[in-house]
Amino acid sequence: MSAAPADDPALLVDFYRTMLLVRRFEEKVGQMYGMGLIGGFCHLYIGQEAVVVGMDAAIRADDAVITSYRCHAHALVRGIPPAAIMAELTGRGTGVSKGKGGSMHMFDMERGFYGGHGIVGAQVPLGAGIAFAQKYQKRDNVTLIFFGEGAANQGQVYETFNMASLWKLPAIFVIENNQYAMGTAIRRAKAGTELCHRGEAFGIHGVQVDGMDVVAVHEASRDLVARVRDGEGPMLVEMQTYRYRGHSMSDPVKYRTRDEVQKVRERQDPIEQLRARLVESGTIDDAALKAIDRDVKKTVAEAAEHAQTSPEPDISELMTDVMVDADGGSA
Amino acid sequence: MVEMTVRQALRDAMAEEMRRDDRVLLIGEEVAEYQGAYKVSQGLLEEFGADRVIDTPITEHGFAGLAIGAAMAGLRPINEFMTFNFAMQAMDQIINSAAKTLYMSGGQVRCPIVLRGPNGAAARVAAQHSQDYASWFAHVPGLKVIAPWSATDAKGLLKAAVRDPNPVIFLENEILYGVSFDVGDEDVVLDIGKAAIERTGRDVTVVGYSITVSRALEAAGILAEEGVEAEVINLRTIRPLDIATIIDSIARTNRLVMVEEGWAFAGIGAEVIAAVCHGGFDHLDAPPARVSAADVPLPYAANLEEAALPRADQVVRAVREVCYV
Amino acid sequence: MPITVTMPQLSPTMEVGTLARWLVSEGDTVTSGDVLAEIETDKATMEVEAIDDGTVGRILVAEGTENVPVNQAIALILEEGEEALEEEPGSIEAVPLPSGPASGEADSEPEKAVVQDGPGKPASSGRKRAASPLARSMALKAGLSLDDVTGSGPGGRIIKRDIEKALKAGVPATSPAIASAWEEIRVTGMRRVIAERLQEAKQTIPHFYLSLDCDIDRLLEARREINAAGYRVSVNDFIIRALALALRDVPDANVQWGGDVIRRFAHVDLSVAVAVDGGLVTPVIRDAASRSLLDIATAMRDLADRARSGKLMPEEYQGGSFTLSNLGMYGIREFDAVINPPQAGILAVGAGYPRPVARDGALAVATLMSTTLSADHRVVDGATGAALLNAFRNFIESPTSLLL
Repeated sequence: MSAAPADDPALLVDFYRTMLLVRRFEEKVGQMYGMGLIGGFCHLYIGQEAVVVGMDAAIRADDAVITSYRCHAHALVRGIPPAAIMAELTGRGTGVSKGKGGSMHMFDMERGFYGGHGIVGAQVPLGAGIAFAQKYQKRDNVTLIFFGEGAANQGQVYETFNMASLWKLPAIFVIENNQYAMGTAIRRAKAGTELCHRGEAFGIHGVQVDGMDVVAVHEASRDLVARVRDGEGPMLVEMQTYRYRGHSMSDPVKYRTRDEVQKVRERQDPIEQLRARLVESGTIDDAALKAIDRDVKKTVAEAAEHAQTSPEPDISELMTDVMVDADGGSA
Repeated sequence: MVEMTVRQALRDAMAEEMRRDDRVLLIGEEVAEYQGAYKVSQGLLEEFGADRVIDTPITEHGFAGLAIGAAMAGLRPINEFMTFNFAMQAMDQIINSAAKTLYMSGGQVRCPIVLRGPNGAAARVAAQHSQDYASWFAHVPGLKVIAPWSATDAKGLLKAAVRDPNPVIFLENEILYGVSFDVGDEDVVLDIGKAAIERTGRDVTVVGYSITVSRALEAAGILAEEGVEAEVINLRTIRPLDIATIIDSIARTNRLVMVEEGWAFAGIGAEVIAAVCHGGFDHLDAPPARVSAADVPLPYAANLEEAALPRADQVVRAVREVCYV
Repeated sequence: MPITVTMPQLSPTMEVGTLARWLVSEGDTVTSGDVLAEIETDKATMEVEAIDDGTVGRILVAEGTENVPVNQAIALILEEGEEALEEEPGSIEAVPLPSGPASGEADSEPEKAVVQDGPGKPASSGRKRAASPLARSMALKAGLSLDDVTGSGPGGRIIKRDIEKALKAGVPATSPAIASAWEEIRVTGMRRVIAERLQEAKQTIPHFYLSLDCDIDRLLEARREINAAGYRVSVNDFIIRALALALRDVPDANVQWGGDVIRRFAHVDLSVAVAVDGGLVTPVIRDAASRSLLDIATAMRDLADRARSGKLMPEEYQGGSFTLSNLGMYGIREFDAVINPPQAGILAVGAGYPRPVARDGALAVATLMSTTLSADHRVVDGATGAALLNAFRNFIESPTSLLL
């Protein structure tokens, strides 16, 4: 493993670029949703960028990731081309799931990205199953299982903690605590709000991390990943983060004040924090930052263009992918 | 010709598939050290070890989800439910994860899993432990649903299910576990989606699956003494349904009686009859009839239980009705 | 106002037509000249074209409906700006003719489209007769009116046995226009195989045919002598032997098309067609060119007997290199046979008939047997086929060569 991230300017610049890509991408998605180009449920990741960017950089390409329906950022950071994700959002045949999944169901098996799951908490046992397969096949891989603090009240999460610990599965449970389960603030739904302790009864070590600080996220993640990869069994991390937008595009956000959101934006924004740090330390100058901004904007614009001009799935796709043919399954 | 019980056939099928493919594993409650709550996994722990024969905590929602995730990641789990009544705890994972993810992912995420266990009524265990779930699962695109009757069915279809690249619901029957059958070819792997004609006859087609095939055959014996020759079809697979075999039979007999252990409403019989009315309308000389469970939760008292489940004499009555005798 | 498309009168005698096929669906845009539908009359299938531009608003007569009267509305076309039509049940009825008998019947019930009473009979008033679907279709096929049948099922439902009883009692068919009754015979496995293989042969093998007559007087004489000596040899046995020797001498005809290669066989394994109950089978005389006439006669008798009693083993009827089909015993003079795939040739042999022939400039009578070779042109050319037939004739016409 390379040097600590605080000392690795290239890595920090990369974090900046990736977080910015997620931010601009999601902003574009919000805009396109407003124009009627994207349908159904659509959950944006704006504000939480540091979590997935810092964590994904701590695992290998052959490791696995599974998450909930708020999955655009996880897909982007795993390396799925932005155009394929955007085309999925507009329901086009060139989408990453051929237009059959939409916003909540991005998958890319080649990149170990297992989705994109719409039932709150269901990805947690599935993720443990992926970790089970990694261990069964004696591979030194790990699985990152992302879920929100809302899902942390689902029974199947604790059923999974029990089995994962019992069988020492190489799983990292990531609670993305963005403070609101839809409109329910954490204090209104949780008896005991320190979610990092939720695995302790099962013998699962947990840590709490400032999920708005990408460096802190990454450092904590490297440590957890290394321990899990070494066979110590599953670990849990609570990422304290915040989402700026509503739960989904149809959320009027009546459960908190504008002022609260504004304060977080001003004081804790993950991208602004890193930008200040890079500028203060002289790692990067204004011109280079502007170049990154331009670059990211161009990527997003191209993805949006692709997503609007690509054809819808052929109608013959309606009845495909329901079953695997017998001969296709012998592998 | 070898005689074996359904229990033994299931066990042998699993053992053979586990020998053939080391991605195959058995996971569920009491499958390992207890040797199976119904002794179906007897000896498997000894042969394959604790890495491949895995006792779980009592946590159906969790372990079914875990097994489904493992299948997505390339393993071929056989997930045993102690009974399918407990699979209701895992219904979300079976329907929303196992059945739908292939489609939602545009064909990327496969889920080659077998979810098996006893289904339907056992004996005197009352309503929560006695239900036929065939129509629940068969409703969903993305799942295959199998309901074996004989030892040949059990062995040949379980092997086929393990080899199938899709999620397969495998509905066994506790009462049939101890029943012995002649098994013609021990190595046979049957085709999923093919019904079997267990008895030929020219006067009426009686269709059943799982234990109701026994009821249909009993009825056919009684009817033969009255000079009515019933053809008995064992569906074997509920989905995909082999409607061609049924219609082919009705083209000769012109009459249909469907026997199922589930409730009639929105049941497998309803589906079979709809398909026959569509594809074989002009063959019908009488409205198709159904024999099914009484429309109540299954009672405990012996006489009430007997009255609630489909019986051979009801099949005989239904046959007489459709034959206008 | 929507434009009404009516059943056109496509011939002077046409009164009704069958709406065979719609080529447009509701909502489709059509321009003048587009083909809307295909209509079948008793004489031909004709197309109905759009004569206006617009959108197909409603299809009023379903595909497959028979006996649609001329001038009945079959579809409505909406002109530009017209809204889609509300569903109104009364709209499916005949557009009255300016004059004529149909005008008084515009109140015909919608049920009328259901073919149950046959054409030529007025729609029965009152309730439909209860009948099982099977009984209905049996009655329709037999041209039997349900009005003439008494139902014995629940509530007077007409069921299969009632139709059978009525037919046995000879209730007159009401409509000679409907085809007479038929019975359905289940296709046997053998029949299916014959059907599939011969269809494949005729569709995929480029057949060509060569014919030649053989004088068999000397052969018949030789046979008489042999049989007088206590043996049992048939004309067919001579033919088998002659064909085997001819194929031996013209090996380029003893071949098979293999796509990238041509298989030329080392031995002549001759398939001989034998009629059996319900079809035919082709037992094989293995290495026929090296077997004597008597040997062939014995083997053939055994194979034919067992073929007729269904006791042949698969290896006894599979894998021949060439086929002989002889219908001479049925008096057939000549015929063309279909090649038995994957083989490349079959010889069709007719009966010997005394026929006039010119011999040394004078008219004489000889017993001639016509033979026709069907050959696969992918592997056998005309000259090769001709060489085979000539070799065959030489053997047939000098029968002593067959005894060697």
